[in-house]
Amino acid sequence: MNWETVIGLEIHAQLLTRSKIFSGAPTAFGAEPNTQACAIDLGLPGVLPVLNKEAVRMAVAFGLAVNAQIAPRSVFARKNYFYPDLPKGYQISQYELPVVARGSIRIAIGDSEKIIGITRAHLEEDAGKSLHEDFHGMSGIDLNRAGTPLLEIVSEPDMRSAKEAVAYMKAIHQLVRYLKICDGNMQEGSFRCDANVSVRRRGEAKLGTRCEIKNLNSFRFVEHAIEYEIQRQIELIEGGGKVVQETRLYDPDKHETRSLRAKEEANDYRYFPDPDLLPLVIEPAFIESVRESLPELPEARRERFMTQYALSPYDAGVLTASQELADYYESCVKLVGGEAKLVANWVMGDLSAFLNKEGKDITQSPVSPELLSGMIKRLIDKTISGTIAKKVFELMWAGEGDADQIIEKHGLKQVTDTGAIEKAIAEVMAENPTQLEQYRSGKGKLFGFFVGQVMKKMQGKAAPDQVNALLKTKLQP
Amino acid sequence: MAELHHLSLAELARGLAGGDFSSVELTRACLQRIEAHDRKLNSFITVTAEQALKQAAEADARRRGGDAAPLTGVPYAHKDIFCTRGVRTTCGSRMLENFISPYDATVSERFNAAGLVMLGKTNMDEFAMGSSNETSYFGPVRNPWNTDCVPGGSSGGTAAAVAARLAPFGTGTDTGGSIRQPAALCGITGIKPTYGCVSRWGMIAFASSLDQGGPMTRTVEDAALVLNVICGFDPRDSTSLERPPEDYARDLNASLKGLRIGLPKEYFGAGLDPAVADAVHAAMREFEKLGAVVREISLPNGHLSIPAYYVVAPAECSSNLSRFDGVRYGHRCDKPKDLMDLYCRSRGEGFGPEVQRRILIGTYALSAGYYDAYYLKAQKIRRLIRDDFARAFKEVDLIAGPTSPTTAFKIGEKTSDPVTMYLSDIYTIAVNLAGLPGMSIPAGFVNDLPVGLHIIGNYFGEARMLNAAHQYQQATDWHERRPAAFA
Repeated sequence: MNWETVIGLEIHAQLLTRSKIFSGAPTAFGAEPNTQACAIDLGLPGVLPVLNKEAVRMAVAFGLAVNAQIAPRSVFARKNYFYPDLPKGYQISQYELPVVARGSIRIAIGDSEKIIGITRAHLEEDAGKSLHEDFHGMSGIDLNRAGTPLLEIVSEPDMRSAKEAVAYMKAIHQLVRYLKICDGNMQEGSFRCDANVSVRRRGEAKLGTRCEIKNLNSFRFVEHAIEYEIQRQIELIEGGGKVVQETRLYDPDKHETRSLRAKEEANDYRYFPDPDLLPLVIEPAFIESVRESLPELPEARRERFMTQYALSPYDAGVLTASQELADYYESCVKLVGGEAKLVANWVMGDLSAFLNKEGKDITQSPVSPELLSGMIKRLIDKTISGTIAKKVFELMWAGEGDADQIIEKHGLKQVTDTGAIEKAIAEVMAENPTQLEQYRSGKGKLFGFFVGQVMKKMQGKAAPDQVNALLKTKLQP
Repeated sequence: MAELHHLSLAELARGLAGGDFSSVELTRACLQRIEAHDRKLNSFITVTAEQALKQAAEADARRRGGDAAPLTGVPYAHKDIFCTRGVRTTCGSRMLENFISPYDATVSERFNAAGLVMLGKTNMDEFAMGSSNETSYFGPVRNPWNTDCVPGGSSGGTAAAVAARLAPFGTGTDTGGSIRQPAALCGITGIKPTYGCVSRWGMIAFASSLDQGGPMTRTVEDAALVLNVICGFDPRDSTSLERPPEDYARDLNASLKGLRIGLPKEYFGAGLDPAVADAVHAAMREFEKLGAVVREISLPNGHLSIPAYYVVAPAECSSNLSRFDGVRYGHRCDKPKDLMDLYCRSRGEGFGPEVQRRILIGTYALSAGYYDAYYLKAQKIRRLIRDDFARAFKEVDLIAGPTSPTTAFKIGEKTSDPVTMYLSDIYTIAVNLAGLPGMSIPAGFVNDLPVGLHIIGNYFGEARMLNAAHQYQQATDWHERRPAAFA
């Protein structure tokens, strides 16, 4: 294909402040409609906004984490438009002077890496919600969400495929969760994005006309919507048509985007500095205090995992995907006292598989780091074999106690008694004369068969290396 | 007891403290005056007689308990732009005709905490947009000195009520002159403090960067006493200034010897009634007698203040008034057929023509392609005007001039020509654009109508202004004259 895609994302991350950005009302999700909206959120006559300092701290933390500039002076502006769930008839946002500008973040696509520019990040308030069902031809307005702080993160048009866009969105998602400034809950809309998509013929310097796809609230939707949109635009141009600058909506049921409004119908938002709020002045000392409180960030942690635990870039990436998973892994390594790779295999293998199967995240794992490391210790001291360990893990998952209790209760201790193993070998040889003869006449592949039979006879409890060694001698003619 | 309404606020406070009369007696006297005279003035939109008597009884109890603040038990008239919990707050508009505020403005809270007694809510130009009180949905207010004349605006209700001795004092708000111009036209004292001194929380916004509340009283001393109650930092207003509290009455009796007063030469040009100019000059001679030095100064960019103001104020108001959309509270049109119809008819019916005119001007000024030419330009002019004042205050301590170019005009005289009406605030507007304190005090009469003297101070120079004005009132009796029809 002779086309290049250019994508930029505007991500809205709801900040995890306890109260709203300009009022003292709580921000908790899921309450009865209009129970978390105070006079300010309702836009009553005479009310005034007061900026939430915690929201500023969070914006600064994000800015520092993406190596951006923190504006010493930024300005809140009013974005004016009428909508029933916008109580004041304007949204307080930042326009010309945002709090965070010019940062970047590294993303990984397969084995390669890429730096995506972050143009700006600014603070703004969310609107309420219009509810169109259950009201018989009328609309309900829920203002609980009105005034919830948002950080709008605007990327440079640096992404060239839907996959890159998803990788970027995931990197930001991971970062805001590491920073504990956003819960990243996409179903509840705490983390969502608008995608600006255009295509141009390869080699062309000028950007193509872009369309903005609004309100994408899952990584899958982002990927599908962008892919659909790329295809639509290419087909449109190749068919002799022209892309019209417009806002589009993605319909996840039909897997398509459709026009919401054209540019000419776009609002003139009449931005101007909000006279109710003084310019936001951030002192260098405040920035430093935020910098000092920053946690270890995903990229740094991943690098550290590679050097400290000798993990591959891939393993380190998977294990640092979230802070909770990385913490889990590190406590296991600490409890085990080493064997970082073995621990990594268990966390990324059986544990992840079980979590996935049950749709749980690491914080909901019934197998704690203490339980998992206890089991791994028994594996290392050869009390159990790898095969048995899988069984022990399953029983720990089911809540049957720790590894030692399970090994004891189910008699899973590895058998190292040479006599018992020799006895089993003798029986197996007696029961399988044909195979024995074939093996002895050169069919060496059958060795595995004998190992299997012996293990089966010993209910998997025999020490595998002992079985191997003994079998090797016994099977000699 | 019949003479209670002639007493100044300071005298009333002394009388209450000395047990000469009770707050209930005083409040009843005021309510009786309102009952007897307000039909000629229309200065109140809502009279809260029952609540007032209750507050008065509480104030008396508080005084008996030895817990009284200086103004506990004193009644006042509250401009209907301040939110008052449980009481209708209309802002002079059909839009809020039935709006009962669920919360108190900071100014209302401070009065309540100090034990003052609210007599009612006063009439005003709709959303404070007007200079004659004729834009009120609740009908025009009449000037007690001549009921064919306007009282000025937008705080015309309070000005008329105080001038007619229906209330010892009242509140106003001033965006471009709305305290000072009606104070001048009604012959009372009005002060707009430095921007940020009085909290705007609960004061329904017209133009946020210009609005400031203040007292409207009969004397300068009274104004100082009220400022002591209403000024102060409020964490709910981000534009409120965090400063240590001050006693505004502390310098009232200081000597004016050596006080430098500047008269801007630009104020005495075309448009100024020569008789008003004469009164101002006479007042200056009085100040010279008191030891002040009067000299001519220049504020070269003053002529830009009206055009700048009529961009900034409408721009901010167009946004501030967007919340009145018929969705959550306020006027909603009957049977809207869709959302657009709900907006258009609710706002079209709820707002009067002057408010609509300013919303349209402001919307236009902020529109893409016009923003730089209007809004940004106006902000630059604001800086020029501020610089003019800063230069002047290097040479003088106070600036003086006429508050308004004419005395009170006839009702209906200027309604058909908004621009002429706007010129009524030509001397006061620059003060708001710069955020400075300004006041108007009575300084004579022309054809039996009061003339106001405008005094402008430097930032936080209220005490100095009050000192000069008080000394002037000690030497003159203009402020003691009262309209004959309301004796």
